[in-house]
Amino acid sequence: MLKTRIIPCLDVKDGRVVKGVRFEGLRDAGDPVEAAKVYDAAGADELCFLDITASREARGTLLDIVSRTAEACFMPLTVGGGVRTVEDVRALLLAGADKVAINTAAVKDPDLVARAAEKFGAQCIVVAIDAKRVSGPDEPARWEIFTHGGRDPTGIDAVAFARLVAEKGAGELLVTSMDKDGTRSGYDLALTRAISDAVTVPVIASGGVGGLDDLVAGVAQGGASAVLAASIFHFGQASVAEAKAHMAAAGLAMRLDGPASSARAPL
Amino acid sequence: MSTETVAIIDYGSGNLHSAAKAFERAARESGRDARICLTSDPEVVAAADRVVLPGVGAYADCRRGLDAVPGMVEAMTEVAQRAGRPFLGICVGMQLLASRGLEYETTPGLGWIPGDVAPIQPSDPTLKIPHMGWNTLRVARDHALLAGIPTGEDGLHAYFVHSFALAAERPEDVVAQAEYGGPVTAMVARGNIAGTQFHPEKSQRLGLALIANFLAWRP
Repeated sequence: MLKTRIIPCLDVKDGRVVKGVRFEGLRDAGDPVEAAKVYDAAGADELCFLDITASREARGTLLDIVSRTAEACFMPLTVGGGVRTVEDVRALLLAGADKVAINTAAVKDPDLVARAAEKFGAQCIVVAIDAKRVSGPDEPARWEIFTHGGRDPTGIDAVAFARLVAEKGAGELLVTSMDKDGTRSGYDLALTRAISDAVTVPVIASGGVGGLDDLVAGVAQGGASAVLAASIFHFGQASVAEAKAHMAAAGLAMRLDGPASSARAPL
Repeated sequence: MSTETVAIIDYGSGNLHSAAKAFERAARESGRDARICLTSDPEVVAAADRVVLPGVGAYADCRRGLDAVPGMVEAMTEVAQRAGRPFLGICVGMQLLASRGLEYETTPGLGWIPGDVAPIQPSDPTLKIPHMGWNTLRVARDHALLAGIPTGEDGLHAYFVHSFALAAERPEDVVAQAEYGGPVTAMVARGNIAGTQFHPEKSQRLGLALIANFLAWRP
């Protein structure tokens, strides 16, 4: 049986993990490769790097991190942030990313998704959708795509956009609620559910996790195939194993294989 | 024990460094002296003790990539069909072992494992496509590559990401299936040739154990 995936997400800026990852025994809390190794050993189902570096010049640093991570971790790695062209996708895949997330560029030019999927296969193209609720309390729920970290409205309906990019060849959608992101009050379950019901590709719930019950709700109520979280894992509030045990106890099918290999990852 | 050469065929289908690293780690952890080489040279492939054909992306694209390397299909045929050395296809590399692929257009495969590569059609329409993530294996018959690996519902998991699957003509060629709204071919084998739809190089414990078994395999 296919299992629900847990995906820790690391925000990376200028080659360093933003805010750091607080694990016991981690030598360098800011090194994304070190953090990736720990998550690999902890049984994470996939890993996600989101690059929030502003400058294009620092692109080489990201590629270096991706390549060092891919050589040390035998788990699927998704990389996003600043992906604008088919060449950007190619560079990340060649560095060792398994999937590449496209965000703003897909909003500006949905055909970029089609070109990338035709070139590299739909299975490695993720479209990251950042959405905010724009309907009033008494209206039917409606969400709009926002770009640039939730600052810029686009007027594009999030559910219609999800359908469009799935048709263009996205193999998966990473759906982040900009209302919920950073609030620790749980995913926007209605948004996750609306998009999951609208497309045939897997949806990853993102934005707002405050506790382990939120992960359960993302799947049970939101209809997500995978749940993404950052701070609850990075700051030691919960381990990946605890999250899996909690979700399994709630009746979700989880992968409980244990550590990546007989050899422990260097801590 | 003499050093064996394992050729991982590089024909422009994505990054293969992580695959090479997984084979190096599996060799190291199982105490096996193997030289892992990423190569696009048919002569290296023809001379290798073991050969791995990876593949990501669309079927037709991968086939074109393989055909674009002069002499590669002949070298693979020499190693796998005439010399009978261990040969492993991974993901689209496994699908290429089939007679033909039906993704976007009909594309001839190598025809070593007769059958078509057709869209996955789960009986439950709410199941998402691609079949993406970790699934368990239901073993149809014993195979050396699965030796010592816990399988079944309570066994280890393999990482899948695909929308098409190999429907083998001969049931005996199917070694393992995954359950996804019906059986989906997860692993095939015939003689010295084997293929996995899942990615051993991404499948952590199960993957490293399977790769170690491949490095020890004497078909």
